[in-house]
Amino acid sequence: MAIATTKRRSKGSTRRVEKRQSTRDRLVVIAMVGVPTLLVIWLVWLPALASVALSFTRWNGFRLSGIEWVGTQNYKDIVSIYPPFWPAIQNNLIWLVFLFVLPTIGGILIAVVLDREMRGSRFYQTAFYLPVVLSMALVGFIWQLFYSTDQGLLNAVLGTNIDWYGDPDINLWSVLGATSWRHTGYIMLIYLAGLKGVDASLREAAAVDGAGEVKTFFHIILPVMRPINMVVLVIVVIESLRAFDLVWIINKGRNGLELIGALVAQNVVGEATRFGFGSALAVIMMLISTVFIVIYLRIVFREERR
Amino acid sequence: MSATTTSPSTTGAAKPSVHTGAGGVMNKRRGTIATVVMLLLALLWLFPLLWALYNSFRSYSYTQTNGYLSFGGWTLDNYQNAWSRGNFGLHLKNSLLITIPAVALTLFLSSMVAFVLARFSYRFNLTLLGVFLAANLLPPQALLIPVFKMFREIPLPTFMSESGTMLNSFWALILVNTAFQMGFCTFVLSNYMKTLPYEIYESAQLDGASVWRQYWQLTMPLVRPALAALATLQVTWIYNEFFWATVLISRGDKLPVTSALNNLRGQFFADTNLVAAGSIIVALPVLIVFFVLQKQFVAGLTLGSTKG
Repeated sequence: MAIATTKRRSKGSTRRVEKRQSTRDRLVVIAMVGVPTLLVIWLVWLPALASVALSFTRWNGFRLSGIEWVGTQNYKDIVSIYPPFWPAIQNNLIWLVFLFVLPTIGGILIAVVLDREMRGSRFYQTAFYLPVVLSMALVGFIWQLFYSTDQGLLNAVLGTNIDWYGDPDINLWSVLGATSWRHTGYIMLIYLAGLKGVDASLREAAAVDGAGEVKTFFHIILPVMRPINMVVLVIVVIESLRAFDLVWIINKGRNGLELIGALVAQNVVGEATRFGFGSALAVIMMLISTVFIVIYLRIVFREERR
Repeated sequence: MSATTTSPSTTGAAKPSVHTGAGGVMNKRRGTIATVVMLLLALLWLFPLLWALYNSFRSYSYTQTNGYLSFGGWTLDNYQNAWSRGNFGLHLKNSLLITIPAVALTLFLSSMVAFVLARFSYRFNLTLLGVFLAANLLPPQALLIPVFKMFREIPLPTFMSESGTMLNSFWALILVNTAFQMGFCTFVLSNYMKTLPYEIYESAQLDGASVWRQYWQLTMPLVRPALAALATLQVTWIYNEFFWATVLISRGDKLPVTSALNNLRGQFFADTNLVAAGSIIVALPVLIVFFVLQKQFVAGLTLGSTKG
């Protein structure tokens, strides 16, 4: 998952006018751009278009001649008679809201506190972003040590007998707890980097004007960091839409852990391969993410043009 | 090198842990409260890993009789068992065979695009950047079906893939990971390259250096810090990649270690200490990379996110 706003171009870089480019040089440039571009088109953009096309078909994925056009039937079926769809939408939304409320706000607060002259600040930073290097699947595995019914730490401490990963009423929240462990450090890291870029004189000016720390943060620091805030917004939305690893490793996204990403996979690698139906789910995912990708690219390109 | 070392934006991003206290000093009481809260939180954050480490050294029978909150029962058997039952030797090797080529290919291809984007101003520059960046953000699940179908249809000679198709081969994962990660790397590298002074290219051109030479012998050495940061980050990301490996590899013996976890969970289910040992084994490579190259890792993450 990428994060990026931009650095400003160095001065004078706009006068990159090329003269005297030999034929050989031109061919080299074409190859340098062409090969990577073809790879991206082949493995990302063509499949994206193919997903859209397939979403209007019924197909078990075997012979190409078996493809049958069904118009918008898949979409109608998804919203009306596909039981896991609405729970998945709901869970994805809960995922999104939860990530915003706990790990994002938590990460920002930690970053703000650590952005001070604090002894051992480096140790704290390391502790918080250590989970960021672990995979989400591994996070799920490690949290099994807390959540296991008969051998988990939580039940041992609480004296309960709860199946944290299995009980459909609570497993989403257990998973979100594990997710937060990793996500908080990520957000903290991005904000720490952002806070470092805030001009110190702004704070001084605010202090001279008698603004308190809280007021300074909300009225000066946060607005200044607007590009970072937008990047974090996009990251959180896209990450929560893509969420897959944890629920797949627990129960392949069933029984309380339905997510759209997992539903797509279920329709392809499961016993019943329904390529057209799965594609329609994929397109729904793509449509939602496109909105945020456009927002993101606009931020990036606005910076780029400056 | 002057361009990369004097540019405030790049040095700032490369050393987030060297801290000058831009936020100012807190007063004493608040400082104490903050320290206590941070210390507690940090310990809470370290706890899951420490708990895994602790339990990985304890025997199942001891914890069964004395409960998990006990102390004692030290053993190394869990590591031995987990290693052989989880077939970690094989899966770690698979991860290596996927991660190293994928990272090398990603950096090579994206540095070429980045060079052209930074060095020349063609009309298609922004569009091209958009093509790569947006690809990086699309949910991979949305592309699964066509990619899956395509890879099943593409034959590979058996010396390249035992299965005879792209499906179930390392090539599939190397290419897919590369295609997805190029966007981020292209973006970061082209921004980095734009900070290089234009004059060096003017004089290179006067000396008659070809475009390729300007890329390979002039630019690449200058962007080494960014390449190092991105390499570290990409190693952890591709090693950690779970989704594509899970859906494109159905043969258990071909799975990289992160996706192999899925099979292990069932096998280890009954024994939490085995789960702990398995987790530590899988975490160890990235933790080593992280502790050795911590600076690069953080720099890589923040390279793209800071405004200069």
